[in-house]
Amino acid sequence: MYAKSKQISHHHNDDKIFSSCALFGMINLTGVRFTSREPLRAISSMRERGNGLGGGFAIYGIYPDFKDLYAFHAMYMNLKSKERAEKILMRDFRILLSEEIPTKGSNKLPNPPIFWRYFLEPEPSKIKDEYVDSDEYVVKRVRKINIGVKGAYIISSGKNMGVFKGIGFPEDIADFFYLDEYEGYMWVCHARFPTNTPGWWGGAHPFNILDWSVAHNGELSSYGVNRRYLEMQGYKCTMWTDTEVLAYAFDLLARRHRIPIKLIAKILAPPYWEEIDSMEIKERLMFTALRKVYGSLMMNGPFSIIVAHHGEMIGLTDRKKLRPLTAGIKGDFLYISSEEAAIRLISPKLDKIIRPSGGEMIIGRIKSPQSLEVPPLIRREHI
Amino acid sequence: MRTYLLPEYIVERDDLKCTRCKICIEQCTYGVHYYNAAKNIIESRSERCVNCLRCVLFCPVNAITVRRNLNAYRENYHWTYEFIASIKRQAELGSALLSGMGCDRPYLTFWDKLLLNACQVTNPPIDPIREPIEIRTYLGRKPKILEFKTGDGDIELETKIAPDLCAETPILFAAMSYGAVNLNVHEALARAAVECGTYFNCGEGGLHPNLYKYSEHIIVQVASGRFGVDLKYLNAGAAIEIKIGQGAKPGIGGHLPGEKVSKDIAAVRMIPAGTDALSPAPHHDIYSIEDLRQLIYALKEATEYTKPVAVKIAAVHNSAAIASGIARAGADIIVLDGVRGATGAAPKIIRDNVGIPIELAIASVDQRLREEGIRNEVSLIASGGIRNSADVVKAIALGADAVYIGTAALIAMGCTLCQRCYTGKCSWGIATTDPEISKRLNPEDAYKRVVNLVRAWNIEIKEMLGAMGMDSIESLRGNREQLRGVGLTDRELKILGVKMAGE
Repeated sequence: MYAKSKQISHHHNDDKIFSSCALFGMINLTGVRFTSREPLRAISSMRERGNGLGGGFAIYGIYPDFKDLYAFHAMYMNLKSKERAEKILMRDFRILLSEEIPTKGSNKLPNPPIFWRYFLEPEPSKIKDEYVDSDEYVVKRVRKINIGVKGAYIISSGKNMGVFKGIGFPEDIADFFYLDEYEGYMWVCHARFPTNTPGWWGGAHPFNILDWSVAHNGELSSYGVNRRYLEMQGYKCTMWTDTEVLAYAFDLLARRHRIPIKLIAKILAPPYWEEIDSMEIKERLMFTALRKVYGSLMMNGPFSIIVAHHGEMIGLTDRKKLRPLTAGIKGDFLYISSEEAAIRLISPKLDKIIRPSGGEMIIGRIKSPQSLEVPPLIRREHI
Repeated sequence: MRTYLLPEYIVERDDLKCTRCKICIEQCTYGVHYYNAAKNIIESRSERCVNCLRCVLFCPVNAITVRRNLNAYRENYHWTYEFIASIKRQAELGSALLSGMGCDRPYLTFWDKLLLNACQVTNPPIDPIREPIEIRTYLGRKPKILEFKTGDGDIELETKIAPDLCAETPILFAAMSYGAVNLNVHEALARAAVECGTYFNCGEGGLHPNLYKYSEHIIVQVASGRFGVDLKYLNAGAAIEIKIGQGAKPGIGGHLPGEKVSKDIAAVRMIPAGTDALSPAPHHDIYSIEDLRQLIYALKEATEYTKPVAVKIAAVHNSAAIASGIARAGADIIVLDGVRGATGAAPKIIRDNVGIPIELAIASVDQRLREEGIRNEVSLIASGGIRNSADVVKAIALGADAVYIGTAALIAMGCTLCQRCYTGKCSWGIATTDPEISKRLNPEDAYKRVVNLVRAWNIEIKEMLGAMGMDSIESLRGNREQLRGVGLTDRELKILGVKMAGE
């Protein structure tokens, strides 16, 4: 079952891999865990939006028994890359459990890579010498393996969560990884339509760093500058996709720069100057400063994304809304989807349906009385 | 000494059309045309003609043609007309040759080897007529990170942003000093800057009192001669630019001859009338980078930290390291002036042989500042030979924040690139301080032409951005993925950080 030839990544040396996609996210706002049944049905219903060259899931709350340990999901193209990556892992971490992720052989998914998972924590003696917190320590190692070890990719590195992804339709991927055996309180699902063939396993979504995951539908004209800005901040983009850039942008802004989530949306999809100019002075200065300082992280071009981290799911589109996104609420559930039909399929009678305008963020947060925030609709009339 | 120089141009007149109105005689400042009363015809001394086309365009009956002299030296691939003529001229004069405007040698223009991208299928191009496309550009120092205070649902910005410039277009007007050009040119550019929401750099010759009213759109320059610099001047500008060097003459000072230093110019420059205005090659208080830091902070102190300070250098071999030093010395804006950058007067040999192309300088400076993690803290203005809006877009994609245009603005006013600025006889009334000739440049008319040019380029920039699928210029800045090279070597592509077309 281990792959031989074709799974290696990026054949054509394109600037980046283009893709169009379907997104579906579902969160239980009280934190109750649920199975793959509903999210899988929803994402599979948007089959037209994918082409079988990428599908994936980020599931939160799946490893309650190891919730204080980092759960690494690793994708290895061959045994050699596994050996080399494990050398780094064994040196820098205390590994409490290392096991193969159970997968099902299938002729639908030829040549799959090797999938392995590790539950681990930073090696106490080493982290002490580096004067960094454990998150930063982990990010450094993930980067080191993804950049430095050929054919080895840590595809998820958060606690009590995991990413499962590969080449295939989402239902094939779910089947391959036995996802019907996992439960989580939040599922972010993705189906992909890359324009170059063959897609590759590492290019599938969601992308993850620590507990931040991003699933994305779009094509960023600003990719070149986004990437160069992030590289200046020490990130190295290895997956050639817009989505990776988005994941790193969230890591930089939310974790390292501690920018409030609401404002991150306004960095990725900022208001027009015309709107900023008509704001009250304090707000105007703040939004002007955001565009001045973080202009290189503006995501220009069509995109809709679902971003998730523990306890929070966020949906956002570009400021012109060139890609679709709809949200629905039913009881304790928040759904965010590329298409309303997918939500209606599993929850026909919604309490509320929200169709955000361009640049407007949908945030679902667990265990808070106002768990759902919808910023006021911004009207834009331009000739 | 008898001259062995061939006339470069031949002036021909259709005598059947000529009405003897003598307008050509009045218009020519080089004394080409004269009236022969005995024959009742107008004749020409072709050897004086510089091909400025003033007479051609002002002849009411289109009777005049200026063409290249077909009598040429026995030139060949190696000994071209220009080299032979220069030797003959120097053999007669015994001096360094002067020239005006920018380097005209056939070094590779990289703009012409770079092509832009456009959206097809996977993302939609944006139509600037229907959707807003933003080209506002802020120039100045930015913090690495913004900090916020959050409390009871309110978010407040805690970081203070240093004073900066806000231009409604990425196009600014380059420094041209009062003395090199006249007050009408300054007034036209200042008014155009106000109308376009951009900035006009007044150059090193001080700022005329009549122009202080436009000072919110003026960048004042401090050069090695310190002409016209006092506290009032420094405080007048929206920003201060320290001029270390100029693309047309890196490493060379300036020399405004005493004949040009009229009473007015003398007063503005704060020197006695009729004396030569000499700008030394170095600033004599800047012999190294730590001295530059002192001047930057002296200017900031003097203006109480209310204005950004820019430092302008000519693009030379190690610009990347120099620019990094300038950023660390406290400059808020770095200006790079490439080998094509123009001048009112420079030794021709310097103009044509010193410096490097601006395209390569932008690419290497932007890359170096990124490698050092400080690119976002300073702004970068590219200058020197920007010819159209595509050059502007390519400069920004390579890594500039904005560009200065000088030559292009003068061409809009009437300049025909005859390169005789140093004679002070500019027949178009631009590079002259002669009060009579200066009247030819009507600031009202000239300012409209410059405004029209910027407006036209703004439209084109938005078209190009929209085609690339971007609705804001900050997504273009340093976005080299949007560029592809044609006909460049691997090494050139590597320095530009650009892929080959087809890749």
